Amino acid sequence: MVSVTNTRSKSGLSLRKREARAGLLWVQWWFVGFLLFTLIPIVAAIYLSFTDWQGVGDPGWIGVENYVEILTKDPLFWQSLKVTALYTVLAVPAGLVLGFGLAVLMNQQLRGVTVYRTLYYLPSILSGVPVLILWSFVFNRDFGILNWMLGFIGVDPIPWLNSSVWVVPAIVLTTLWGVGGSVIIYLAGLQGVPTELYEVARLDGAGWWRTLFTVTLPMMSPVLFFQLVLALIGSFQVFAQAYILTNGGPNYASYFISLYIYNEAFVGLRLGYASALAVLLFLLILFVTAIVFGTARFWVYYGDTLESEK
Amino acid sequence: MSILTEVTRVTEGATRPAPLMARKRRNARSNASRALSYAALTIGAIAFIGPLLWMVTTSLKTKGEIFTYPVTLLPANPQWQNYVELFTEQPFLLYIGNTLMYTVIGVFGSLVGSTCAAYAFARFRFRLRGPAFAVMMATVMIPSWVTLIPAYIMFSRIGWLDTYLPLLVPAFFAAPVNTFLLRQFFRSIPKEIEEAARIDGAGNLRFFLTILLPLSKSALLVIAIFSFVFYWNDFMGPLIYLSSQEQFPIQLGILNFVGENSQDYALMMAGATVAILPCVVLFFIAQRWFIQGIVITGVKG
Repeated sequence: MVSVTNTRSKSGLSLRKREARAGLLWVQWWFVGFLLFTLIPIVAAIYLSFTDWQGVGDPGWIGVENYVEILTKDPLFWQSLKVTALYTVLAVPAGLVLGFGLAVLMNQQLRGVTVYRTLYYLPSILSGVPVLILWSFVFNRDFGILNWMLGFIGVDPIPWLNSSVWVVPAIVLTTLWGVGGSVIIYLAGLQGVPTELYEVARLDGAGWWRTLFTVTLPMMSPVLFFQLVLALIGSFQVFAQAYILTNGGPNYASYFISLYIYNEAFVGLRLGYASALAVLLFLLILFVTAIVFGTARFWVYYGDTLESEK
Repeated sequence: MSILTEVTRVTEGATRPAPLMARKRRNARSNASRALSYAALTIGAIAFIGPLLWMVTTSLKTKGEIFTYPVTLLPANPQWQNYVELFTEQPFLLYIGNTLMYTVIGVFGSLVGSTCAAYAFARFRFRLRGPAFAVMMATVMIPSWVTLIPAYIMFSRIGWLDTYLPLLVPAFFAAPVNTFLLRQFFRSIPKEIEEAARIDGAGNLRFFLTILLPLSKSALLVIAIFSFVFYWNDFMGPLIYLSSQEQFPIQLGILNFVGENSQDYALMMAGATVAILPCVVLFFIAQRWFIQGIVITGVKG
């Protein structure tokens, strides 16, 4: 942070060069952090994934053995992948539809919209252990409020967290509780859609649904796309819910990949094997994100004039 | 700039005239759909806030009341001593103290790191600026699990386990989302202001400290509140790095305490209420900035 002297003293340098120098000076702060806490650890993780290291002594190189074992003879990996995929398939679309639906409902000339907005947004900033303890009681089969309310519409008590069928949907519910943040984002996006477009649609005699599909959704597609990508990346890394609510049970029905990595690394101390799992998770996220980006040109509408710069 | 006007519109809660309905056509049908919208929003709001209210009422019940069927919503006799018990029988004050220390330093670190990086990305031209920024944003995709194991080994080698250092030192190095938000903000500050400052003889550091930062108060506030919520609720970092109870933040403290009293839901809910309360209070005080922050990072990605 000695940029002041640096940019002003050496008058021999061109303005351009001085600017570049100062810029590099300010950015190296980020760069050091990136090297220390991201790049070097990633390289190290890839290296460790080719070893059988258990935390003591020197890591022994075993080539791709970890990967072979994971992919061909590790039923727990496939189970954790299945759980994570099931969660993603349920939580991501449900989150998009619920968030967008609520935003559309709120984007009418309704009185008290700010109150609703507050009530829906609040839960999304709460997270961590206290919230999950609350949920564990909400899901209690006999004394929980969820079954109590479902009882009014004639639903028999569901053993949410103790049922291998219901445990993932229950965890999805805890995620949906935090949908309020994306409601705010969609609401902002909806209010940015030019009014003229709606006028034109109305003059053309388009009804509500038609307007939704031909005006609102295309105009909102960049926002939806961004939220979809974030939701996908997040859904592959679910950890706290599984760790606190179920610890992976019952019978591995909520054994998410993250929980598996945590157990291998910090309980079983099989650091090499856990690194290989983590690298695979990273590749999986990259792969899925790449696919989603690949589909973008078919459904994401960026308008005739592109945003200046991303 | 357009970001700011857009945000203000959202934050002021000003809804535009509903475009779908020309005013004269506001007939019975639109009244009915309005009523339906209210009904749906109200039911939804009860579902979203219900659990929180229930948490508070449960925290005031006796052990017997919790396990009654059918469920009772309100305690017959509020048991305020549940809260007293938290602080007398459990080291809750210690947990809160640790959490406060962690949160305050974490927030400070987030501000320092992201302002420096955002300044570089927003106001200087240098080679590889674009690629460096892209790399930074791409790190959002990296699951923390990949970096966690080597980082853990590194921190254990230098003897930082069971301290807050592995959690707090990285906090000072520019988180991508914060940097992105600030960069957007810094770029919207007109070049003329900078030129005027230069003519007055201000160098980079002085311009940054005395002009850029004061002009960016609202963006800094956004980062501060989101960082506050992050560090206050952070559970995974402490779980990995901390092992002795004297070090625990409230997140781990509660977990510990749940293990000991796994049936005492009233006490657990009292603990959860105390742990959640600061974030709820902050939310109501700073709601405007919560909304601004999420809109800027969420719409303009």
